[in-house]
Amino acid sequence: MTDLLKTPLHALHDELGAKMVGFAGYDMPVQFPAGIMAEHIQTRTKAGLFDVSHMGQVILSGAPMADIAAAFETMVPMDVIGLPEGRQRYGLFTSDTGGILDDLMFANRGDHLFVVVNAACKQADIARMKAALEPAVTVTEVTDRALIALQGPQAEAVLKQINPAVADMNFMDVATISLDGVDCWISRSGYTGEDGFEISVPAHGAETLARRLLDHDDVMPVGLGARDSLRLEAGLCLYGHDMDETTGPVQAGLGWSIQKIRRTGGARAGGFPGADAVLEQLAQGASRKRVGLRPQGRAPMREGVALFASDSGGAQIGVITSGGFGPTVGGPVAMGYVSAEFATADTTLYGELRGKRQPVTVTRLPFVAANFKR
Amino acid sequence: MKYTEEHEWLLEEGDLIVVGITEHAAEQLGDVVFVELPEAGGEITKDDEVVVIESVKAASDILAPLDGEIVEVNTALADNPGLVNEDAQGGAWFFKIKPSDLSPMDEYMDEAAYKDFIA
Repeated sequence: MTDLLKTPLHALHDELGAKMVGFAGYDMPVQFPAGIMAEHIQTRTKAGLFDVSHMGQVILSGAPMADIAAAFETMVPMDVIGLPEGRQRYGLFTSDTGGILDDLMFANRGDHLFVVVNAACKQADIARMKAALEPAVTVTEVTDRALIALQGPQAEAVLKQINPAVADMNFMDVATISLDGVDCWISRSGYTGEDGFEISVPAHGAETLARRLLDHDDVMPVGLGARDSLRLEAGLCLYGHDMDETTGPVQAGLGWSIQKIRRTGGARAGGFPGADAVLEQLAQGASRKRVGLRPQGRAPMREGVALFASDSGGAQIGVITSGGFGPTVGGPVAMGYVSAEFATADTTLYGELRGKRQPVTVTRLPFVAANFKR
Repeated sequence: MKYTEEHEWLLEEGDLIVVGITEHAAEQLGDVVFVELPEAGGEITKDDEVVVIESVKAASDILAPLDGEIVEVNTALADNPGLVNEDAQGGAWFFKIKPSDLSPMDEYMDEAAYKDFIA
């Protein structure tokens, strides 16, 4: 356990009575005393505070913005050049065979791109960015800032008490905004399906800011447990589970994240790793697809549960990649991959749970409608 | 009341043994969202997996503490699995066994020993 890294909020988590687990090399809170269910509901109805400082924060700089953007487009199938200043976009690192190496958020912050990547992938991502972009573009991991997410319908009301400027931000906007005299890099986004903010704050100011936010009656600390159930209800993928190097963007249902300009016929079509495979999948469709699944019974079906087309016999046609209980749905929810012919909404499939096949319904994602400020 | 190392409690009620899980176990599991109970009338053998508890975190099995017949199960848990968190050592009992062999009871812990066990 001594090898686990600590975030700038570690002492606060201890003080708040968090149950800690090792996650991606960090000692992280899985839940606080309120418990996963209460933390989940709080985030859907008021506001939850998440420590996501384990995630990788990376700055791409050292060249004119247009050059940085053009260089980054060689790594991702997204329109980076067309991303206006002050805006953020969802992206994917693809492999040479068109698989997904990680998902990420990138923002145009005027003179640099700010990239946020998954904790478990960050060393590989940074190495890959350095190899692909340096020396023309400088790749700098930000190690002196915490990342705090404030999520939920009351997030804006809470944060604007510290600085009203946050209320002017729309979904996927980014801005540098001073909170109690500390310059924060704020984005209006998150991983819960709720309105909210992700706040990159200097490490020395992180605990003060977290305490200030937690002082608000509507804010509760939330751990990784509820973060997982919130993102699952929101239909958001977890890297390494709902997508990985063996799944492409189209299979993962993330084709929407590839803008037209990077697709066949677009002005900057292709030019990213695995472009041939990804563009062909966009044209042809995928033979297996990520779908939402609702077990018809009350028993949760978790990652690894095999899916079948009938209640007995037949070959496996899919597998659950994330699953559990959805507190807002009030029942079990899951995501998984199935052969394309079984991916239509309302199809009944069967998940094999403890040796018994139990019915599940293919369901459109998200399970809980997004609540963004657009 | 007796306790097992699997964090079950066993309470004698006439010639039956009532079985549930301890408050400590319920707290460790987190919010319980599903309980799969055995069928009343079935024969069970000690260490059979008789109950599945799903919490927001994970699935866990409960092992039969004794040989015997399941004579009654707590159907309230099907509709309200959260009762396990609210009243683990009372209303959230799982099943009642008519034991065919009571000898393992001597091996199980009393309350003081269980408190030491979880300390």
